Order: sequence, then structure tokens, then C-alpha cells
Amino acid sequence: MIDLISILRYAAPIGFATVGETAGQRAGVINIGLEGTMLTSAFIAMKVSIGSGNPWLGLFCGALAGLVVSIASGVLTIRMRQDQVVVGTALNLLTFGLCGMLFEKSNGATGELLSLPPLPRMAGGFDWALVLLIVMAILTGLALFRTDWGLRVRAAGEYPASLEAAGYSVMRTRLESTLLSGLMAGMGGAYYAIGVAGSFAPDMISGRGFMAIAMVTFARWKPFWGLAAACLVGYFESLQYQLQMTHQEIPKSLLIALPYAATLLVLVFSGKGANAPAALGEPNKGMR
Amino acid sequence: MKSTILAGTGLILILIFGLLLGGVPIIEGMKLLAEGAFGDRFAVSQSLVRATPLVLAGLGVSVAWKAGVFNIGGEGQLLVGALLGATVAKAIIGFAIPLVATVAILMGSVLGGAAWASVAAWLSIKRGVNLVISTILLNFIGLQLLVFGVDGPLRRAGQSAPMTDQLPDAWMLWKPSRQTDLHAGVILAVIVAVVVGLFLFRSRGGYLLRATGANPRFVRANRFNAEAIQFRAMLLSGALCGLAGGVQYLGINGQLTSSFSQQYGFLAIPVALVGGLHPGGVLGSGLFFGALFAGTSNLSRFGGGGSYFVYIVQGLAVLALLGHRYFREQREGVSE
Repeated sequence: MIDLISILRYAAPIGFATVGETAGQRAGVINIGLEGTMLTSAFIAMKVSIGSGNPWLGLFCGALAGLVVSIASGVLTIRMRQDQVVVGTALNLLTFGLCGMLFEKSNGATGELLSLPPLPRMAGGFDWALVLLIVMAILTGLALFRTDWGLRVRAAGEYPASLEAAGYSVMRTRLESTLLSGLMAGMGGAYYAIGVAGSFAPDMISGRGFMAIAMVTFARWKPFWGLAAACLVGYFESLQYQLQMTHQEIPKSLLIALPYAATLLVLVFSGKGANAPAALGEPNKGMR
Repeated sequence: MKSTILAGTGLILILIFGLLLGGVPIIEGMKLLAEGAFGDRFAVSQSLVRATPLVLAGLGVSVAWKAGVFNIGGEGQLLVGALLGATVAKAIIGFAIPLVATVAILMGSVLGGAAWASVAAWLSIKRGVNLVISTILLNFIGLQLLVFGVDGPLRRAGQSAPMTDQLPDAWMLWKPSRQTDLHAGVILAVIVAVVVGLFLFRSRGGYLLRATGANPRFVRANRFNAEAIQFRAMLLSGALCGLAGGVQYLGINGQLTSSFSQQYGFLAIPVALVGGLHPGGVLGSGLFFGALFAGTSNLSRFGGGGSYFVYIVQGLAVLALLGHRYFREQREGVSE
């Protein structure tokens, strides 16, 4: 049967990304490049963890790689005020090409079988990264709704002019939350390579970044609900693997499509909602 | 003229930078790319043939983006188009006369692409679902639908491998020579580009479409239904992407397998962007990336990964485009 731990484990990559992206979107930035960010950090996490034999170092470097990609994304969308969809698409293409090419160069076209050093598990199959995820979901929620910083972030997403009038920099606030989003997506990608797949393939992220963006909407821009929403996807994912084994008469392709269809369905029934940051997706037109 | 030279120099610089990033020796890499793209008659035909779906889907993406609709789902629309084309073929195989069959299959793929796009368009307008996300999700679902089709209802009778029936030669698009892959779809792509250009810039509907993309409030203030215009733009966009799938199916493969997807529908997004969302530009950039696609088949000599080179160059090209746009905005002092 499907146990809670395996749901949480499948949910964790999307969960990390969802929690971070919630902060990003609260500040008004949709990071379409989340997919490429996750892939880059999965790649770096694979390289580092195999090179050093230490999964924690892999996770750490993977998260840093996510941060680096989000700096590029932040400079382009926030500092240079370019379209968020175009920037994200370009970054997704570039990172996919780079990771794929470098991977095939070192591991051959078919990709030899990799096995990454696993994370040590605690009782019940828990590991510290999953604990970190839950802690981060709570902390992000507190930071967004109980601190001055959070108020600034939400102002940047709702009505940037008000933040500017109060003497703060919209650009800086948005950049900060975008970096948080990149760091968390990096954790997600790295955890997927090390904690879930134990391997790497250039097409391994297969839409998880976009699912995370979808879950932010579904969770009404609340971090902890974002984690819960990610668990819903995690549930469908483990259900999918379960059904592949128990019900072999169902075509495999339809089962693989299940989490995507579920995500789309969830979006259909959540709609846009009144909670969406008013300036979401719009470049800041002001001075700073 | 000046901008063409600028774009050309920029693309060459990007190629060099991409080769550097991928760890390929530059001069030899460039030589191999050029040989693979223009070296002989076969190479040239490969470039043209690979440019064809890129141009068709690139036109599709352009039409949607011009109307302010960020259709990222070209890939799914292309695949579902090809799938519906193959379904039509399965239904009429055995009794249809050649040219009619070809047209019917192409119509099927146009319909399939438009239908797949209409799902995302409808969800966006009626339920407020972010179109970027829904079209991406539909790409993944479309791919699995294709795999389901070729491994299920459409599988060749008596075969266990996931592939559809091979179409009779007479149903395929016309080929001038047996030695090359060149097919009539290349000409079709040029014609479609001209038609789309005429529609966008010389018709009332095209004007409204562009106006909606530029300023939907202006369109609404003149009592036109902006949502309906965007919906129709999405249909047209999906139809063109579906056509790309149908042309690929009828021009090259003649049968669908689970590996039919070459990501043409996805690669068409940068084709459209680099082409400035203009049909003429899309023809040019489609040709460039088609040639690059053909050229990369040679790069495998430097260790694997050559097939990823196109993505690197495309990503860099779009980033360069954004940088160029930024500096132009700076120079003109546009902050609005």
C-alpha cells in the first residue's frame, strides 16, 4: 500500500520548489525557469555527491546551483525588466541543453547506470531533508506573514508603488524572494536526484517545476498549503507507480500521464481566485 | 540590412560561445556543423527538411504570442495533430485514393492540433487557468496520449512493437528525389508563411489579433470581444502546430512510433522569438535552426551530447535577444 513517507518523499522535490516559489510569487515574480533550475541542481548534486561520496554536500551544492540560476533569472526579469515567460523559457532551454550535453559527454549517450550515495534514513524511512522541508514550509509562512520582510514581499507583489512610497526598493525585495525561490527549487532538484531517483537523466525533472508553479496557485499562495498540495501530486505519483505494478492491464502511458492530468484538473477547479498577488507577472515600472 | 548583419554576427558569436560551453574545439566544431548543414546535397536537404516543422510550428507560436497568448504547448499540439492524422489514416487505409488521403490526413492533424490548443484556451478563458502552465501540462499529457495510441488502438496489426502502420508511398508527400529526404512540405511551409503573413498584416482579422496582443483594452473599448479573438488565435496556433506534426508524419516518418517527438514544437518557441514573431523572420530563423539541427548530427564525433547543442544555442539566442532589447530600451529611455 501507499504509505505516508513515500508520498512525502515523492512530494518533496515539488514541495521544496512550491514553498520557495510561493515566496517568489508573493513578490510578483513567476519563475517559469523553475524547471531548468531544478534540473541544474539535480545535475550538480549528482556530480558533487558522486565525486565526494557525500550526499549532504551534494544537496548543499545543488541548492547553491539553484541559487545561481535564480540570480540569472532575477537579473533578467527584475533588474532588466524582461518578460518573465520569455526569460524562463530561455533558461529552461539553456540549462536543459547544457546539462544534457555535459552529462552525455561524461556518461555516454545511453548514460551508464548511476547510483548516487543515499541519504542516511532515520526510523520509519524519514530523512533529515524531509524534516528540513517541513521546517522550511513553516518558516517561509512565518516569514511571509509575521515579519516586516514578509510585508515588504507581499507589497511588492500586490502594489509595488506602495513599497516604493514607503522608501523600500521593489527591485531588491523581489530579488530577495526570487533568490529564496531558486535556493528552494535547487533543494528540490537535488533531493530528487539524491533522495528519490538515486540517479540522473537529462529529462528526469519532466515537468515538476511547472507542477510546482501550478501548486502555488492551488495552495492560494500559502507556503504550508503549498506543501500539502505538493503531497497531493506526490500521492498521484506513488499511486501511479503502485498501479503500474498491481494493474498491468492499464496502459503504462496513461498512468504516467496521471499526475499531469491531476495537476491540470486541480487547476481547473481552483481557478484564479482572489488571493493572487495583484501585480503577479508584471515587471515593475517604477524607478528602483 | 544593418539589423540582419547584427543578427548574423550575433548568431555566429553565440555558436562559438555554445561550442565553448559544450567543450567542443571551436574551429573544427564550426567546420563540422557547416558540413552537416550545407556540405552536400543530402546535408542541404536535411537542413530544409528539419526547418520545415520548425517553421510551421514557429508560425503557430507566433500567431498566439502576437495575440498576447503565451502558447508553450506547440509540442503537445504537434503530437496530438500527428496522432489524429494517423487515426484518420487508419480509418481510411485500404480504400482511399492517394491525393485525397494525403489531404484528409493533413486535415486530421490540423484539427487535432486545434482541438488540443482549444482545451488550454477554454480553460484559460472560462476557468482562469494560467495558459503557460496548462499548455506545458498538456505537452506531457499529449506525449503520453501518443504513446498510448501507437502502443494501443493504432498499433500495426500483428505487431508487438509500438508503431503504427507504414503509410503507402503514394500517400506520402511528394519527393523530388529518392536520394534525399526533401519533400513537398518544404514548399508548403513557405506558402503557409506567406498566407499567415498576409493574414496578420493585410486582413481585418489579423489587425484585430495584433491589436489584442498589443492592447486588449483598446480592442474591448471598440466593442470587440478580446477573449474570442484570443481563443481564435489559439485555435489557429494549434492548427499550425498540428500541421507541422502532420507534415512530419507524411513527409518523413510515414508511421508513428513512441519516439516520434523530436521536440520540434518546443524548439519552435525560440524560432518564433528569434524570428521576431514575424512570418518572414520565422522563415529565416527556422532555416537557421533547421541547419543547426542537421549540423549537430556531426558533433557526436566529440563525444556524445551533440543533440543537446541546439537547445544551448537556442537558449543563448533568446537571452541575447533579451539583452539586445534591454539595451535598446535603455538607449531610447523607455521605462514604460
